[in-house]
Amino acid sequence: MMKQPEPWQTAEIPGPAKALVISKPEVIVGIIRSAKRPVLVVGPQSADRKVGNEKQIDQLIRIAEAGGIPIVATSRTVAEFSERNYKPVSWMPAVDIANRLRDPEWTGAEEKGQHDLAILTGMQYHVEWLLLSGLKHFGGKLKTISLDRFYQPHASWSFPNISQEEWEQSLAAIQNGLRRSS
Amino acid sequence: MQLKVDELRTDIGLFKNLEITVGRVYEEAWSEKIGPTPFPSVVDLREWDLRLLERYKPFYMPFCDLCCLCTMGKCDLTKQKRGACGLDMAGQQSRIVLIAACIGASTHTAHARHLVEHLIGKYGRDHPIDMGQNVQVEAPIIRTVCGIRPKALGDLEDVLDYIESQMTQLLAATHTGQEASNVDFESKVLHAGMLDHTAMEVADIAQISSMGLPKADPDAPLAEIGFGSVDISKPTILVIGHNVVPAGAIMDYIDSQKLYGQTEVAGICCTAHDLTRYNPKAKIVGPLSWQLRFIRSGLPDLIVLDEQCIRTDTVIEAQKIKAPVIVTSDKNCAGLANRTADDVEQIVADLVSGKTPGVLILNPEKAGEAAVRAARDVAPKRRKFKSIPNQEEISAIAKKCSGCGECRRACPNDLLIPEAMAQAAKGNSTPLSELLTDCIGCARCESACPNGIAVHSLIVSSAGKSLSQERYKIRVGRGGIQDVEIRNVGSPIVLGEIPGVVAFVGCSNYPHGGREIVEMAEEFIKRRFIVTSSGCAAMSVAMHTNEEGKNIYEAYPGAFDAGCFSNVGSCVANSHIAGAAIKIASIFAKRSLRGNYEEIADYVLNRVGAVGVAWGAMSQKAASIASGCWRLGVPVVVGPHGMKYRRMLLGRKDRADDWYVYDARTGNKTYVGPAPEHLFYAAETKEEAMVMIAKLCMRPNDTSKGRAIKLTHYIDLHKRLFSTLPDDIHLFVRRATDIPITMKAEIEQVLAQKGWKEQDIPDPTLLSRLIRGRKE
Repeated sequence: MMKQPEPWQTAEIPGPAKALVISKPEVIVGIIRSAKRPVLVVGPQSADRKVGNEKQIDQLIRIAEAGGIPIVATSRTVAEFSERNYKPVSWMPAVDIANRLRDPEWTGAEEKGQHDLAILTGMQYHVEWLLLSGLKHFGGKLKTISLDRFYQPHASWSFPNISQEEWEQSLAAIQNGLRRSS
Repeated sequence: MQLKVDELRTDIGLFKNLEITVGRVYEEAWSEKIGPTPFPSVVDLREWDLRLLERYKPFYMPFCDLCCLCTMGKCDLTKQKRGACGLDMAGQQSRIVLIAACIGASTHTAHARHLVEHLIGKYGRDHPIDMGQNVQVEAPIIRTVCGIRPKALGDLEDVLDYIESQMTQLLAATHTGQEASNVDFESKVLHAGMLDHTAMEVADIAQISSMGLPKADPDAPLAEIGFGSVDISKPTILVIGHNVVPAGAIMDYIDSQKLYGQTEVAGICCTAHDLTRYNPKAKIVGPLSWQLRFIRSGLPDLIVLDEQCIRTDTVIEAQKIKAPVIVTSDKNCAGLANRTADDVEQIVADLVSGKTPGVLILNPEKAGEAAVRAARDVAPKRRKFKSIPNQEEISAIAKKCSGCGECRRACPNDLLIPEAMAQAAKGNSTPLSELLTDCIGCARCESACPNGIAVHSLIVSSAGKSLSQERYKIRVGRGGIQDVEIRNVGSPIVLGEIPGVVAFVGCSNYPHGGREIVEMAEEFIKRRFIVTSSGCAAMSVAMHTNEEGKNIYEAYPGAFDAGCFSNVGSCVANSHIAGAAIKIASIFAKRSLRGNYEEIADYVLNRVGAVGVAWGAMSQKAASIASGCWRLGVPVVVGPHGMKYRRMLLGRKDRADDWYVYDARTGNKTYVGPAPEHLFYAAETKEEAMVMIAKLCMRPNDTSKGRAIKLTHYIDLHKRLFSTLPDDIHLFVRRATDIPITMKAEIEQVLAQKGWKEQDIPDPTLLSRLIRGRKE
């Protein structure tokens, strides 16, 4: 598969403002570390997607713990977390968390203040694409990262379309990088 | 305009009780007092809209950063930049939503206009409106919006005149340099939606009153649905679209020529619905996503198109299977010669010989005769010639696949086509066949394939056996809801004891096939909600059976009642679902409907726990139908593809100030909790949708008993599907008596943690003019 900053769904051309490509996972670690209040928004496909011998959601729990990042689960994902004895700080529909993230007066998932970085993953491609578009245009100073395998042009930063192997290696590197820097 | 003068002294004499009326005089015998907004203008209901939009704020998710609508553009509107005309992204997105709603509403209006003109031509302007013996409130939407009671077909022309003039105003507002505010664009969207509901009601009551369609009949007959229900040994005519008049003429011609049993007529989409309402001997193939698979399978000998949601490459596809096409609508001439004035004999000869791939015939009777005669002559020649490969050819074709993945990248449902293709190349076509369940039939995979592989055809061919076994029953569209049914359920709905009305409507752009609709519908039927449906959704629910081999229509009664499942009919029959909510206000609560839209919408929003679910919504018509629901106070849930409407209307349960209403008894402002929480909302999964549907049925007016019942369903579904208690229970418990008894201990614990306090249950309204004991 070619590494190119093209939307995964061919027709979803965004316009002038496109996501910067994540060339090295260390960049993501640095961005997360420099954020004051990051939040990880996790959708239901994270429980279906394989990462090595486990599911993506299992690795996301470790990433969140390593980075001290609160998780907001969308849709039925809260049940998947529950099965793993992990309680996200909040769960709500995907459109609700996006709608709150664009509101400067929202006090955040932990009620400590609005987030300055939202990391999205585990949703259907077009769902995440549209949420990121809403946040790009109406999210003010909020920055966004997509941790999915496919390029999300409306994010601030996204992987390009990469192979499963590269994706798994990148997620592992982010987890390790956050753990080392904690 | 009406002018009343008690006493007027003039040079020519003294006039007492003088009344002067300018314009059309509508009936005087109606005891209901005329309300404040008969035939409302674009701005007459703006204040109501602004109230809704203040609580349910738009959240926009643009498709792209640009506006491309005028020659000053393209303009980059990223992050609230303004374009050359001065509009920002919020304005542009709301403008796009308004354009979509105008497209949808004008489509139903044009459909209604054609039907009314045709039926007046056939039966006369004085032909009576007759919706059935137990239906006194014959046109609840028209009564509420226009302030008139239509008695005859001719009265419907006046309603259409009004709608068309308003639609022109709305569309004009979308021109460059017109409306400047996104909120005002949104208000106009709601106006378009209300007009759309009115137009749909016009269309359906016209055809019900004139064409012998079931009249509010819960026991409407069963018809056959599915690929396998069509007897392809006979000459087969396929009708596609939404306007039943030409398809009805086909059935009439078959009847007149005594050809029943010798010619098969099957339909796709809403024409099929209405054709089985007209004559249940017709068959339904399936929803709109069944078009390509049925045509390419070679089963139709002739295809008749009318209007709306038809694949625009049908003539091309029909040529591949050597089936002629007759188009019958001025909205879709398909580039074909207009043969309306020609002799039927000559038209049939040209179609049968293949001299022309198709014709345009705008006279329905002539189209009906030509269709039957041509189909019967063509059938022996083409012998069900198909354009999909044989099972044996699948592997060879699949070997041409280079595995580039372009098909998957073009697929709206991200189906794993390359993997299935690789298996097919090795001789295992099972993975390919399994894709059909989730396939929406768009064939974008084929357009994307650089090797020219007809991917959709391969999928259809590999699933051929299961397709041919599709054979089910569907209860044909019943039409309206009887007044007596409303009388029976009005009180338990408003008090909350029937936990809600859930309407599964809309198109078949599903994320995971139609089975999710069945699962959701059955869940709420078993919970004794009132469950109703229309359009493609009403077809999809028929195509799955339970352990006993019964589908939903065979397993549950067709009444508008708790634990039942009704099919009202085609798209335009959606008006009966909105109409039922309005009839509750009229028949149960004795509210005056006449030109009284705002009060009725306020009633529905605060008291009628109804939710629309358009799980596969695709079209602009679905957008306008939803818009009409929003203005009426009925929330709409869409599936994940519905996010592509690019705008949600979302409440914020965390902002207490948004959830105050007036207590009409005292004028006090009272917190009622986020009920209903959203007006337009997209769910990612069916589990999420089910939880939200139960929640959105809660209304401020629920009695404690009713609220306890509704909470039971919401909490139970949340626990089962999300494996945890909801985190917002405290927002919906107003008094201790609201707590479901079986969940008392755990809920009391939650309430204690949240510092919950008892609240009043008001007589809720958002309209200060409805306060009886005024305090402000």
